[in-house]
Amino acid sequence: MTLPMGRAQREIFGETLTEMARTDPRIVVLDADLGSSTKGDIFEKAHPERYLQMGIAEQNMLGVAAGISTMGFVPYISTFVSFAVVRPLDQVRVLIAQTMANVKITGGYAGLFTGQAGKTHQIVDDVSIMRAMPNMVVVSPCDDTEAREVLRWSITYDGPVYIRLMRDATQRLFDDGYAFRFGEVVTVREGRDVTLVSTGAQTARVVDAADILAADGIDAHVIHVPTIKPLDVDAIVAAAERTGEVITIEEHSIIGGLGGAVAETLSERRPTRVRRIGLPDIFTESGTNAALLDLYGLSAPRVAEQVSALLRRA
Amino acid sequence: MSEIAAPAALEPAELERLREIARRIRVEIVRTVDHARAGHLGGPLSAADMLAVLYFHTLRIRPDEPDWPDRDRLILSKGHSSVGLYAAMALRGYFPLEEMATFDAVGSRLQGHPDMLRLPGLDMSTGSLGMGISAGVGMALGARLGGRDLRTYVILGDGECQEGEVWEAAMVGARYRLDNLVAIVDHNRLQQFGWVASAAPERIPHPPEAPGELVAKWSAFGWRVMEVDGHDIAALVRTFEAAARPDGRPVAVIAHTTKGKGVSFMENRYYWHTRAITPEDFAQAMRDLGEDAPDAVEGAR
Repeated sequence: MTLPMGRAQREIFGETLTEMARTDPRIVVLDADLGSSTKGDIFEKAHPERYLQMGIAEQNMLGVAAGISTMGFVPYISTFVSFAVVRPLDQVRVLIAQTMANVKITGGYAGLFTGQAGKTHQIVDDVSIMRAMPNMVVVSPCDDTEAREVLRWSITYDGPVYIRLMRDATQRLFDDGYAFRFGEVVTVREGRDVTLVSTGAQTARVVDAADILAADGIDAHVIHVPTIKPLDVDAIVAAAERTGEVITIEEHSIIGGLGGAVAETLSERRPTRVRRIGLPDIFTESGTNAALLDLYGLSAPRVAEQVSALLRRA
Repeated sequence: MSEIAAPAALEPAELERLREIARRIRVEIVRTVDHARAGHLGGPLSAADMLAVLYFHTLRIRPDEPDWPDRDRLILSKGHSSVGLYAAMALRGYFPLEEMATFDAVGSRLQGHPDMLRLPGLDMSTGSLGMGISAGVGMALGARLGGRDLRTYVILGDGECQEGEVWEAAMVGARYRLDNLVAIVDHNRLQQFGWVASAAPERIPHPPEAPGELVAKWSAFGWRVMEVDGHDIAALVRTFEAAARPDGRPVAVIAHTTKGKGVSFMENRYYWHTRAITPEDFAQAMRDLGEDAPDAVEGAR
């Protein structure tokens, strides 16, 4: 059985912030001329006075975010990950992380799905970069439901948060009753043979892969990690103890992201072999979403295929 | 293209008070850098007079209530001049003057570059050039959105204006008509290292602007530009007063200054951007700054 499609996280971004801002006057959105792409335009329509257009000047935008946060406002960033994290990285580091600024870096267009924009816009090392930054929290929601819950939670946290959001509709894993718990993993499937650890929209494809594996007699345990930093270390250790084998799967580089975090944790806490499925050390290319998932081995069938090959090789 | 504030009366006693404060800021800069064996000299000395006027005359602040929400904000975007800022803040009563001796040391609230999480009274952490002006734009926007009647002052270096972010911020500041924002450019016409002259091994450590170019640039970005002699205390007072009268544009004050001002052998010498001080240098500097002999002896220990 395949998980159904949900709505696009970018729409959830625009709608949820709009709704939150109705009761919370602190919320402002800073946009770098991409509101029609990030769906920040939904917010602009409802709260024009709190939609601050910064133009195509992202370094300044992140600095303005730090400054306005000291005046009691809580800025959310409306641009792509490439321009919210990578281009203004020093501003994020010096003005936001080093000052514990209450800024929410909501990067749209995370991962491979950038509307076929290709290498410049596909940022697949953002988790590695932001994980290594002191004071920074890194959250990567799986679907529309979780994106909404993470955004609602983010205003309750006083400090910088990086929220990795996707452009396109992805599969829905969680129903409306889902409650996001900051810093905790979600066990989405119980199994005995291998622990599959994933994050972001990839988790839904891993759940589908687990169904394929089950048909082949492999009983996978699947853990979803919405909060990559701080990592729910105890839960990762417990899962490793339960199944022995651990495989991480992410729509991100295998260097320093979720796979890195899990490997570091288990090496120290409970030495376990960790194998990483994700993007190798390459720059990616443009293509349709389906073609990219297939090319980089992240579609459900390709994940299942790789997991079973890894287990055979054990 | 630029305006110069009209002369206005400043009480002679107030003028004298501010001059003495500027002198004491300079003494603290040299003494602190000598003690720490580290830190910048040329830039803090060129900014000493504007810091004296801002902290002791212009800014609406409460040193005993550093988080007072309606205070004016000040950001030292050229964060490497931190020792000058600390001297002004200590003299103004934000922390004991003796704490200057901890500058740059492990555990100090007086970090090499300003750290707002450590020292109350700092409105923003800086140190990577070009960023303070963006934070200032954010504060000015926030003040307007929040309905607060306060002004944000940002001190930039002229070399710092080589950072593209400065002009991003200038674009946005003008677009939002932030007339509650004042950028002060410490235009000392020297930077750390600069370019190689055609007659090597000479150096050209001047920012690449032709005379008047900074005025033209800020004007072109839609800012109201004022020019002032950055060492003329009375003129600085008048300029900041005029800058506080809003006309729908953010204000750029181009302060013409001398790097190393006040210490004879540092003035206009680019290599005094940052450099260790010998005991003889220290004694001479103290004499130049009108300090008594006992203080000069201190350096020769």
